[in-house]
Amino acid sequence: MIDISESVMQFLLAFIVVGPLIGAAAALLPAPPGLKGKSPEQAVLRHGVTVTGAVLAAAIVLALGFDHNQPSKMQATTDISWIPALDVRIHLGIDGISLPLLVMTALLTFLCALYSYFKMPAGPSPAAFVALLLVLESGTLATFAVLDLLLFFLAFEMVLIPMYFLIARWGGEGRGPAAWKFILFTLLGSVVMLLGLLLVGLNSGTFDMLALATDNGRSLTTSVQVIAVLAIGIGLAVKTPMWPLHSWLPDAHTAAPTVGSVLLAGVLLKMGTYGFVRILLPITPDGMRTFAPYLAAFAVVGIIYGSLACLALAKQGGKGDLKRLIAYSSVGHMGFVLLGIATMTPTGVNGALFANIAHGLITGLLFFLVGALKDRTGTTDLDALAQETGAALYGRAPRFGGLLAFGAVASLGLPGLAGFWGEMLALFGAFQPAQGLSRPAFLTFMVFAGLGTLLTAAYMLVVVRRVCMGSAEQESRAVTDVQGYEFAAWTPLVALTVLAGLWPAVLLGLTDPAVQQLLAGGTR
Amino acid sequence: MSSVAQSVVQSVDWLAIAPPTIAAVVGLVVLVADLFVRDDRKALLGWVSVAGLAAAALSLLPLLDGDRSTFCLRGDATVCSYTADRFTLVIQFLVLGGALLAALLSASAIKDAQGSGKELPEGEFWFLLLSSAAGAALLPASRDLATLVVALEVASLPAFALVGLKRGDRQSAEAALKFFLSSVTATAVTLMGVSFLYAATGTLYLTEMASALQDVDAQLSTLAQAGVVLTLVGFAFKTAAVPFHFWVPDTYIGAPLPVAAYLSVVGKAVGFSGLILVTVVAFPAYADVWGPAMALLAALTMTVGNAGALRQQATRAYSAVRLLAWSSVGQAGYLLVPIAAAGYSKDAERAIGSTVAYALMYAAVNLGAFAVAALVARTKPLNRISDYRGLYAAQPVSALVLAFFLLCLAGLPPGIIGLFAKVTVFSAAVDAGLGWLAVVMAVNVVIALYYYLQWTALLFRAPEGEPERHRIPAPLTAAIALTAVLGIALSGAPQLVLRFADTGLF
Repeated sequence: MIDISESVMQFLLAFIVVGPLIGAAAALLPAPPGLKGKSPEQAVLRHGVTVTGAVLAAAIVLALGFDHNQPSKMQATTDISWIPALDVRIHLGIDGISLPLLVMTALLTFLCALYSYFKMPAGPSPAAFVALLLVLESGTLATFAVLDLLLFFLAFEMVLIPMYFLIARWGGEGRGPAAWKFILFTLLGSVVMLLGLLLVGLNSGTFDMLALATDNGRSLTTSVQVIAVLAIGIGLAVKTPMWPLHSWLPDAHTAAPTVGSVLLAGVLLKMGTYGFVRILLPITPDGMRTFAPYLAAFAVVGIIYGSLACLALAKQGGKGDLKRLIAYSSVGHMGFVLLGIATMTPTGVNGALFANIAHGLITGLLFFLVGALKDRTGTTDLDALAQETGAALYGRAPRFGGLLAFGAVASLGLPGLAGFWGEMLALFGAFQPAQGLSRPAFLTFMVFAGLGTLLTAAYMLVVVRRVCMGSAEQESRAVTDVQGYEFAAWTPLVALTVLAGLWPAVLLGLTDPAVQQLLAGGTR
Repeated sequence: MSSVAQSVVQSVDWLAIAPPTIAAVVGLVVLVADLFVRDDRKALLGWVSVAGLAAAALSLLPLLDGDRSTFCLRGDATVCSYTADRFTLVIQFLVLGGALLAALLSASAIKDAQGSGKELPEGEFWFLLLSSAAGAALLPASRDLATLVVALEVASLPAFALVGLKRGDRQSAEAALKFFLSSVTATAVTLMGVSFLYAATGTLYLTEMASALQDVDAQLSTLAQAGVVLTLVGFAFKTAAVPFHFWVPDTYIGAPLPVAAYLSVVGKAVGFSGLILVTVVAFPAYADVWGPAMALLAALTMTVGNAGALRQQATRAYSAVRLLAWSSVGQAGYLLVPIAAAGYSKDAERAIGSTVAYALMYAAVNLGAFAVAALVARTKPLNRISDYRGLYAAQPVSALVLAFFLLCLAGLPPGIIGLFAKVTVFSAAVDAGLGWLAVVMAVNVVIALYYYLQWTALLFRAPEGEPERHRIPAPLTAAIALTAVLGIALSGAPQLVLRFADTGLF
């Protein structure tokens, strides 16, 4: 949109990846004179807001400087040799697929830092909290910006330690085991993924994603591709998470502090699906074709399973925890993303990428809301909240109740909001899957996934009824309505959800050319 | 010079053999000087030893320009007993650097032990440490089996005495005896293997043996095969490979902490460099025998080591050292993976380069972890893992550094060098088609993360009592700082050690 010179773009992208790391180191040092603030705690939390804000600003400028006429072209690329022995290059770049994810990550992290500035989760020192948050940001942003398989693995691993500590130190009940489950599951997945990445790299002689994508699997035999897809796919599927590898997710989400849940759902899960699109689809197409029906089947089971679990949690007497419920709903939503990818068509993959962003915005918002609800009422247990009649948030805190209802309705995929397009396109893709994939099978998947949307609507409406509506007696107990800082943190998410719902071309115009190119044989 | 004298007296390339020689000579000097130095000046011996090890390490510099050989066969100058090639220099650097760091740890340990009733005899201690280091530095340069076994013994015998050196400590003496008896058995087995091989091939030189083994008389081939397997036993013992690992935990606990650190790094270096020399240089013809054997050994070693480390209870006495001991067994398993891969791969030298790179990373961070353990042991002599709780509140820098070392050992960022060292090992395995071993290793990496991260997390918990601060002795500070700087520098530029995984070392 605006013309920015290539070297400035390169610098911006490098800053987005490295800036948070420097900020993390600085957070551990005492504040310099002049920036001491009211107290050391306040100073370091403000430091977090400043750094994430600067990164967000850089990401926005990068998005403005991005040449929107050529979204399929890698832009702002840097390519420096780092470890020649392993052929690891610091190769950064963005195209229409990674740019939205990059901006969304920067936005969500900034909102989390802003939210924590006013509402620091209970736990040890804020300095460590801010440092971990920034390392996490760097790892996630790097995942979407790197174009080297081993660097991708490094970025993938970089988020583990910060997330572990965020859950284990600042989390709620049951945080210890939940944090362990999170890190051990994901590490096992990612080490297996490393084996697959090495197999690809050693057999084709390069770890460069662009070169490999252009090669489009021609230098890899089918058997190598099949093994590689299996290994890499397991690692990515754990992260996504795909049923039946999802079992770490509900616990981690339930135990994590609010900002931890937001980032986990909004950003970390996307690293898995991004890997499917960026690595498996273009680099190992033959292997992917072999596994696509299975991936789709697991995805559909995930959709149905997630919704049924949510229904069970939502019903009266189900002792359902709202955080847990949203976590299970993530399993369902990510099922749609995986289904879209498994169709291997431009429509499906575009839908998957759209659903990725939508899920990040909507579920991020929902986790913010539920976290705030817990701060107000002291519980997220649906039965305790709603009691016999319902929690009556509409009456007690109208704005808060309205926002929650908005989040729930957006999550169930109401047309006109962001949740709709991604899932519809994924179903569309399944209606006409890529050549070589069994159409009857995908039609069946489509029918079941469609059933899943109905179930999703059912449990989301139940949640709205039980939390937002209720008897007059419930209404008498006041709940603080939305406060200024909460408005600041949530409004961008609401606005973007509406924007993406009403004007999907804003995203699809970016992703579509890049996806077309990726499926046809790599990026330019 | 007359021709008779020429045939009897060899010309020796003193520069090439300087590293082990300097270490040995300084060791003797310290032993003699001990007799003449007043008791209150004994600390001087320590500094002389540290300087000697530093000088030995510096003497590697002039050798960098090219391969040198000495003690060659008369008539055939290509067959030598001592060669200083790239492999030798890297391992000698590793051994001497490791010994130097262990010496720094020892300097403060000896000072602290004074007046406690468990003094360490200084002159003997430094002599033994330097002799062992000399043997360990000689080993990677040896190119015939006799020198190799002699070097192995020169490295080991002083180590037994070092383990048992705590005066008036029964545990120490028992540990030394256990270590001694099992080690001697392993060496005897190796010697038998060597004799079989000599019988089958008629030579002890590694390169000559390699060609002779290619066409062994059919009647002798069983003998040669048995010789190959038996020879490996002694070195596998030193590496602490399963099933030759049982001495490790007790020996590490019984030994003074710096000696345990020394054994965990230099002792292992002796073992795996010996293994590399015999397998890759001497027995390439029998790769189908030792390749699978090494792969099996590697899988067993890492699994048993990590399972052992997992079982440690945080509140048991010496559990920190015990955990480091078991984890060092697990790490030995990773070190063996590329050697096994060398048996399957066409490019054996590249594969073993991964072992060398991994060992360099391991040496730096493991010694660092031991250094922080030595620091904690000054105030909490029982050295339980639970004693590390809240270390961050008392000593933030030490705690951060220990966390970094542990995460390097686990192979997770921010320990980037640990991560990439593991990647090279994995890539050697995948490249050689050892998929199953890579998967076993992957599972082990996850198991290992559990105990490393558990320990790391403990460092940052709220302390139980009021944190106590106290001064850290200079040598200990130096050791911690040195290893931390090394670890961080390597994380920024992993190429520094990983380049060995990319080129031929011999």
